[in-house]
Amino acid sequence: MQASHDFKRVYVWEQPVRWFHWINALCVIVLGVTGYLIAHPPAFMSANEASFGYWFGKLRFAHFVTAYVFLANFLFRLYWAGAGNKYTHWRNFFPISKRQLREVWAVLKVDVFQSSDQPVHTLGHNSVAYFTYMGTGLLTVFQVITGFALYAPMTDFWFPHLFDWVVPIFGSEQNLRIFHYAVLWLFAIFTLIHVYLVFYHDYIEGHGVLSSMVGGWKFMEKEKIEAEEASGISGLPRRHRKNSKPAPAGVVSAKE
Amino acid sequence: METMAAPPTPDPRDSVTVYQQILSRGVPRREFLKFCTWMSACIGIGPEGVAQVVEALESKRRLPVVWMHFQECTCCSESFIRSSHPIVADILLDKLSLDYTETLMAASGHQAEACLHDTIQKYKGEYVLCIEGSVPLGDEGVYCCIGGKTALQIVEDVAKDAKAIIAWGNCASAGCVQAAKPNPTQATPIHKIISGIPIINVQGCPPIAEVMAGVLVHILTFDRIPQLDSLGRPKAFYSRRVHDTCYRRPNYDAGLFVESFDDENARKGYCLYKVGCRGPSTYNSCGTIRWNGGVSFPIQSGHGCIGCSEANFWDNGPFYQRLPNFPGFGIESTADTVGVAVLGAAAAGAAAHAVMTNFRKRHDIGEQAGESIEQAEKPEDNP
Repeated sequence: MQASHDFKRVYVWEQPVRWFHWINALCVIVLGVTGYLIAHPPAFMSANEASFGYWFGKLRFAHFVTAYVFLANFLFRLYWAGAGNKYTHWRNFFPISKRQLREVWAVLKVDVFQSSDQPVHTLGHNSVAYFTYMGTGLLTVFQVITGFALYAPMTDFWFPHLFDWVVPIFGSEQNLRIFHYAVLWLFAIFTLIHVYLVFYHDYIEGHGVLSSMVGGWKFMEKEKIEAEEASGISGLPRRHRKNSKPAPAGVVSAKE
Repeated sequence: METMAAPPTPDPRDSVTVYQQILSRGVPRREFLKFCTWMSACIGIGPEGVAQVVEALESKRRLPVVWMHFQECTCCSESFIRSSHPIVADILLDKLSLDYTETLMAASGHQAEACLHDTIQKYKGEYVLCIEGSVPLGDEGVYCCIGGKTALQIVEDVAKDAKAIIAWGNCASAGCVQAAKPNPTQATPIHKIISGIPIINVQGCPPIAEVMAGVLVHILTFDRIPQLDSLGRPKAFYSRRVHDTCYRRPNYDAGLFVESFDDENARKGYCLYKVGCRGPSTYNSCGTIRWNGGVSFPIQSGHGCIGCSEANFWDNGPFYQRLPNFPGFGIESTADTVGVAVLGAAAAGAAAHAVMTNFRKRHDIGEQAGESIEQAEKPEDNP
């Protein structure tokens, strides 16, 4: 028996954001795996002559190429934080309103401690998620800066040499390397929790968060959408809110 | 200066050129040219630069050098006098005129101090100040005093009128072992004390003899300091990593690594990356110029580079470990042990959370779809 809930589908994640997400995911996986192997190369093919093998060289090459993709993709996302819809807007990522901080506390109570059963319904991310992605963004910047600083000695290309100033801050490349490597673990931990929580929210809320990063659509009961619109979305100023009113009937789209 | 009582007696060596002095020592011209050729190769100016070196040494008078020793072990001097080429040490030590050096000069006590004073006055703005060792700043510098003055006072005095400063070795360039944590004497490299005068950091513990000689020859030949990198090291010797010039590099690219020092791979001469070689992060010429007249260098002897020409190399974790220990987690913790622990905790937390969710959110899970769990599990009830 289907209850009489009036669901609406809302186009939350535009195509560029979805591309960003999956390219970024791929980059993190490739960079993480190659980075780990660069730090701990396995001992295979050790019976061969050096002249017949170049796998470690190729592995490092993959790491460096992916680093450029990772950076380009990230720069695109920064652009899209201004050009995209309200759910991807840069303001969401900064704690600029009290409402966001209240939301953080509410989300922690509902989802983490599970001491409250007043669910927080947000069409975009909730504030905890936005601030977490702010953190991963900062980690990305850190990895790009330290990574290119470590890469600079191997190239004459001007771009990596923009980060030459980093090594003296850390004292030595060896010391810089350990920090660059440690952040790999932070990305691994983030990925684990991130994937778990997406499944969790999909399971608990049934708003289609898992598939939203593929198709872009989320599904939510009409009254919840209205309640969310009324509360304002994640600190956006009024001018960004007004074009996000739900359409009178049928499909609701944030930006069309 | 007015304070000078009498002008120092003119040094007879001032009137002759370096070349004349070499000849007077019985060194044939052939040897001299070999030396010049070899030096120009070392300092990276190529075959066309040989003539410049020859001309400089033939026409120029000696370079006044004051050589100070502070917190150090004199291994830089030891390295220098073991320069591979037979006449290098001679030419640079004797003919270049080390007017004041605690290790090698004949004078001592007041005479030595007078000699230092004279040199500074006489060659004001002309002499090259070579410094071996770091300067302790802790407890008002009492940890290194010479002739009643602290190292800091001495270096400030002597550096004031120097044309350039050469900071020999890791001590003077980065503080070396005495600046390793916790650095009890506050050992400080020269570039953090002196400013306004060009400082050349000739890194290494010790630097390679030919590198030291090369820097001096460069200054003598071109009358200016060599091109330096962002850490003040001469690019000619420190622009490439030991890793880049290492003859074992093909093993690295092919993923062939020594796993432990007594395994078959070590015998085959595979890359020492996994047993802690610092070649990939160390800038020096060991792979090309090598040591003891080009005989060998640590990696060639089967031992990884310890990164002695890099700042803080003593603090960068165990020498036989690929990555240093992660700071702040105790000496036994690598980033991996911490990472695995935190990742495991996160996974355990997620699992516990998932279990808890199924109990505490049981109601919500059904409610979202407008169904109770019981109804959802009984499809035959749905019309």
